[in-house]
Amino acid sequence: MRQREPAQTKGETAMRLKHLALGLAVATAFSAAGITAHAEDGLYVPFFTYRTGPFAGSGIPIANGLVDYMTMLNERDGGIGGVKVIVEECETGYDTKKGVECYDAVKGKNPVVITPYSTGITLQVIPKAAVDKVPVFSFAYGLSPSADGNQFPWIFNAPATYWDGASVFIRHVADVEGGFDKLKGKKIGLVHLDAPYGKEPIPLLQALAQDYGFELKLYPVPAAQMQNQSSLWLDVRRDRPDWIFVQGFGAMNPTAIKEAVKIGFPMNKLVGGWWAGGDDDARPSGADAKGYSSLDVNGVGADYPVVQDIVKYVIDKGKSQVASKDKAGENLYNRGVLNSAIIAEAIRTAQKLTGKKIVNGEDVRRGFENLNITAERWKELGMDGFAAPIHLTCADHNGHAGISLVEWDGTKWHTSVPSIQPIKDKVMPLIQSTADDYVKANAGWPKRTEPCDKPS
Amino acid sequence: MLYREAGQYKSSYAADMAIFPILQDRIGVAVILLVAFIGLPLVANNFLLNSVLIPFLIFALAAIGLNLLTGYTGLLSLGTAGFMGVGAYACLKLTTYFPQVNIVVWILASGFFSAAVGFLFGLPSLRIKGFYLAVATLAAQFFLEWCFIRIPWLYNNSASGAIDVPLRTLFGIPITGPTATPVTRYLVVLSIVVVMTVAASNLVHGRIGRMWMAVRDMDLAAELIGIRLLRVKLLAFAVSSFYCGVAGAMMVFLWYGGAEADVFAIDQSFLILFMVIIGGLGTLIGSFFGAALIYILPIALRALPNAFGLPIRPAAAEQLTFVIVGALIIVFLVLEPNGLARLWQIAKQKLRVWPFPY
Repeated sequence: MRQREPAQTKGETAMRLKHLALGLAVATAFSAAGITAHAEDGLYVPFFTYRTGPFAGSGIPIANGLVDYMTMLNERDGGIGGVKVIVEECETGYDTKKGVECYDAVKGKNPVVITPYSTGITLQVIPKAAVDKVPVFSFAYGLSPSADGNQFPWIFNAPATYWDGASVFIRHVADVEGGFDKLKGKKIGLVHLDAPYGKEPIPLLQALAQDYGFELKLYPVPAAQMQNQSSLWLDVRRDRPDWIFVQGFGAMNPTAIKEAVKIGFPMNKLVGGWWAGGDDDARPSGADAKGYSSLDVNGVGADYPVVQDIVKYVIDKGKSQVASKDKAGENLYNRGVLNSAIIAEAIRTAQKLTGKKIVNGEDVRRGFENLNITAERWKELGMDGFAAPIHLTCADHNGHAGISLVEWDGTKWHTSVPSIQPIKDKVMPLIQSTADDYVKANAGWPKRTEPCDKPS
Repeated sequence: MLYREAGQYKSSYAADMAIFPILQDRIGVAVILLVAFIGLPLVANNFLLNSVLIPFLIFALAAIGLNLLTGYTGLLSLGTAGFMGVGAYACLKLTTYFPQVNIVVWILASGFFSAAVGFLFGLPSLRIKGFYLAVATLAAQFFLEWCFIRIPWLYNNSASGAIDVPLRTLFGIPITGPTATPVTRYLVVLSIVVVMTVAASNLVHGRIGRMWMAVRDMDLAAELIGIRLLRVKLLAFAVSSFYCGVAGAMMVFLWYGGAEADVFAIDQSFLILFMVIIGGLGTLIGSFFGAALIYILPIALRALPNAFGLPIRPAAAEQLTFVIVGALIIVFLVLEPNGLARLWQIAKQKLRVWPFPY
């Protein structure tokens, strides 16, 4: 027995694989059972959502908005164009690993469009979309250069890119200060998450700083230090910037607002990007944050007919996951609603274009490229003034729509400036050049072969 | 009954010292390799290959890397994800500057960059021990992560701030980039992992492995019998980082196909440390068990409610998975603190004397 023991510990490599095979067999059984195709009798719209994990605070209202709108269409209209929408959530926890897993899981079920809801996941999915023929709709997040439809035929990031957002902020500053010439000599701070998402506005703001003569100060917040920003705001107090733009996410936003309150920074000079405009971002500071405003792409409040319909057909019938009825109408909830509404409209456009009722990913891609939601169309959808008109083309997959400004009144958001146009002549060249860089860096990037529909 | 070595006589020391001295083990390994190389690519669907098998193999390799350091040499490290990141970024830079060289060569070569960085951060290990060393390697983790975010040169100044994996081929077949099929990527990953596992096995069963284990068991005694501590510890750091670096390069190039710096965050280090601890410290097979338990089990659990048609919402299933996996980890560690590898060994031992266990 004794001399066998070393041999035994050495036999381990053999056994590792044996166990591996067993594990795999089990996993195969599960995954095979987990993936059941059911795309024939409806439009399969998967949503990647994050109701768990560190960012669940923003993920839950978005997920509820996304799902509730589609459920409302099913309940009220019997789906889109008479075809039921099959909604499925895949939980990502805002984790790229799980997002990729979700993509692999839904890919086989013929999704008409993918909603990744995380910049990291979007970046993974972008190269795969063209190969798998699935359009990806990253709603005002993701890769800004993917707005270039000639290089990214399968990616859509309407209604605005982060660069549009940053340029809108500068235009807003100019409006308040009394003209672009008044920007000269001003100090503008950017408090941003120290990650690709947070750093995205920097090149645009730098270009604008050069053009308009203001000074740009950068205040990066490391992802691990989101809730510990005191030292950074000491720097802010020292530099005394005139305006501050917050490109933050998750726990970083409420902390930044609290710190700004603490150092007595004027709230009306503090503007957040649209992912810094959750109700839970401003609520912890309560009345102190009164006057803080945030860029926004959607209307807030429950007064819109579409939100009323959701309350009537979905929430009152207990078919929603919202904790209470007053959650409908919150800023991020409405953003989920708008995201779903654009998808529904793209599907409708695809149905019109192809004459088919059950469309597939390739049809919906065409639907997106021909998407034209005018103000009247928004009104028909019960969303009058809810969002700016969106018009996409083969070349422009973003639309660069007008962006509104919402202001925190101490308890809730209300729209303060309905629509500010992005500084397009600064944004477009940047998109063009970065899109070209992206393609150059990715050797073998496929040339666009998808034909472009004639505008109807 | 079948698993016993009665009648298998060893006539040389070499045969007695073999890694798989028992015929049944050798047959088992051959069958598993056959299934892995031929069977699975034929039958597995893309989800199984891309979301289960490829990540499992990559995590297993990273766990082997950490196991060489923590399990065999007794040096606790929390910088695993950082070293994986070095591999990934090194591979990106290498293939950017020398696109004509095959990507597999660069994936393996990027391990050397990781090894160099690991060597540097291993320098304090002579003076710092135990938890203090873990804190020192934590510094490596944060420093490297900072570099990945702050040095645009590392990600080729791309607008997204992420690694964009270009298309690369092997014998004319794409193996990285979006057009590479899961089967080819799986086979490349499997080949690399098998080769490197065999190498690791030879390493730990030879002179170097014995030195490592001597240092782990009692470094003072090891020094007294003539082992030079600094060299041995640094070698462990370098080899371990090499494995992690290759795993990191494979992770980005053969699995994700593009990654932001946050995939190399601290929680990834912890994940791999847990794989090593649960699988079994100081065993290679344990690295595979650990990777399977930590990575595959949650996927299987998430699919369970669906498979039985239970109406559980995905978020609830996710929470439930956390609870179950957490509980299982505790159960396994209470049952067998030496990890799953030890359970496996006990099972084999019982089988050998079956049906008369004692």
